[in-house]
Amino acid sequence: MYIRSEQGNGRSAQNERSSRLWLRIRRNWQLYALLFLPLVWLLVFRYAPMYGAQIAFRDYSPAFGIEGSPWVGLANFERFFNSYYFKPVIVNTLIISFYSLLAGFPIPIILALSVNQVKMRMFRNSVQMITYAPHFISTVVIVGMLFQFLHPRVGFTASLANLIGVPPPNAMGDPSAFAHIFVWSGVWQEMGFGAIIYLAVLSTIDPALHEAAVVDGASRLQRIRYIDIPGLLPTAMVLLVLSTGRVLEVAFEKVYLMQSPLNLGVAEVINTYVYRVGLLSPILDFSYSTAIGLLKGIVGLLLLITVNYAARRLTNNGLW
Amino acid sequence: MASMTSYESNINKVNESYVDRIFLLGNTAFLLVVTIIILLPLVFIVAASFSSAEAVIAGKVTLWPVDFSLLGYETIFEHKKVWNGFANSIFYTFFGTIFNVSMTIIAAYPLSRQDLIGRRFITIAFIFTMLFSGGLIPTYMVVKNLGLLNTRWAMILPTGIGPFNLLIAITFFRTTIPPELNEAARIDGANDFRIFLSIILPLARPIIAVLALFYAVNTHWNTYFQALIYLKDQDLFPLQIVLREILIQNSIDASMLIDIEDLVAREGLRELLKYSLIVVASVPVMILYPFVQRHFVKGMTLGSVK
Repeated sequence: MYIRSEQGNGRSAQNERSSRLWLRIRRNWQLYALLFLPLVWLLVFRYAPMYGAQIAFRDYSPAFGIEGSPWVGLANFERFFNSYYFKPVIVNTLIISFYSLLAGFPIPIILALSVNQVKMRMFRNSVQMITYAPHFISTVVIVGMLFQFLHPRVGFTASLANLIGVPPPNAMGDPSAFAHIFVWSGVWQEMGFGAIIYLAVLSTIDPALHEAAVVDGASRLQRIRYIDIPGLLPTAMVLLVLSTGRVLEVAFEKVYLMQSPLNLGVAEVINTYVYRVGLLSPILDFSYSTAIGLLKGIVGLLLLITVNYAARRLTNNGLW
Repeated sequence: MASMTSYESNINKVNESYVDRIFLLGNTAFLLVVTIIILLPLVFIVAASFSSAEAVIAGKVTLWPVDFSLLGYETIFEHKKVWNGFANSIFYTFFGTIFNVSMTIIAAYPLSRQDLIGRRFITIAFIFTMLFSGGLIPTYMVVKNLGLLNTRWAMILPTGIGPFNLLIAITFFRTTIPPELNEAARIDGANDFRIFLSIILPLARPIIAVLALFYAVNTHWNTYFQALIYLKDQDLFPLQIVLREILIQNSIDASMLIDIEDLVAREGLRELLKYSLIVVASVPVMILYPFVQRHFVKGMTLGSVK
């Protein structure tokens, strides 16, 4: 059979190949049956919305449906560019994102390097256990804690101020403190959990490297610098690429909870604006809101591709 | 000479150089400070929750309860809304997690099989949703058109499969189940359903535990946004929405404070209640936490293996 198909004309060889492909698919039909429900779910809840996102280019009204609403091209996007909110929303998003990245990216690495130096098991385990814990507290509770902790009357900072005898600060009501509170409470909550992955990578570094370095008289700090950090670099690059691709996302759930009329000027980000325009305002504007969301999604995707390309060229590490 | 032959122990304990000893001392101090910073807010909240309303309102509590009292907890236990929220959250977390884990496993196993044609394409179709989505409004419209708005289904069906969790599961199957196992089973006459049910599923127990944890904590118990957009009916609200009303929007059922006539005391109870509520809401996850911690670590580590 095999030899015949090799010798036969091109057409029958092609037939042979496609029928063999068909055979392989048929042989695995039960695997496709398992995949059926997940694929239906994927199409309905993830790809149908992508199809529906075309209302960004239409003037959507429920009476006409998605395809029936009039096509308006880029009008919704232009409206956003010319809107009064365009600049502050973009600026706020970028400030909060890059500030978060600047603090949130290196600190878990430093924590992992530091924990990795501890040889006392008890101490090491307790530090890890305690630093992971805040990750498991919900966003609502975290923000609730912030409000209580920094409360001008009943908070911890107020109690401290009372002890020292200075007037208690009102940090949550101060717009200039918003970004700092947002970012550092995020660091507080996630640094331990973020360190897990780096600690796992550190444990895979070949001990022979460290042994050789010790023989050569390298100090602990030098070993961190020349063995541990280079060992973490590939993982760190992948995570950096991922988070750069998400700079426009911002932790929406948390920002939204922390917003108040006092700080809205610095706290309104793209995602909360999309929500406000699309589902909260008295006149719901699905098309406009979708356009802003779509713009964010596309720019985010382009950003990810660019950063990944740059990371590949520069360090040979990337997502793909 | 001795140190030359046993340099391995040299790394661990003896003969640290002077520079290294100072470094280790600084390192320990650094970690102590970090640990204290993490613990401080938690200790304050717990201390305040066990204090009296008067002490709370006067801003006297720092790190130890002042005028020990259980009033905050007693008040919460009488609050129906909180209990209703608890019950709903347990419902969504339980059934939602079963749905998520089943879907992820039945998708991950076929996608881990090297002999499945179209495997790459389908996997990429799933992963792509991690990088790009239709957006808030189009997703809302799908949920609305399916008639799920304001039903319990809206809290479960849209969560489906998390791409990161799917990747973890695929990696697990690829690394722990050798292709020979599948070939041997086939020779013995088992079909793919049989293989999946009687060989794969029992072997998948560790990954099922990891997935269940990730979904239960991250997708269900701790989130509120899904409920915020899809639910209107108070009776369906999960705990996090109730918490948001009380902690963030400061709206507390006035009937709970009615017994207290003094305005300041009432204000104090209002704040005290929040501290107790924070503790009560976090306790379930915190109790589970020491047991599940290592599973989380395992999951994160699996996810990092590409």
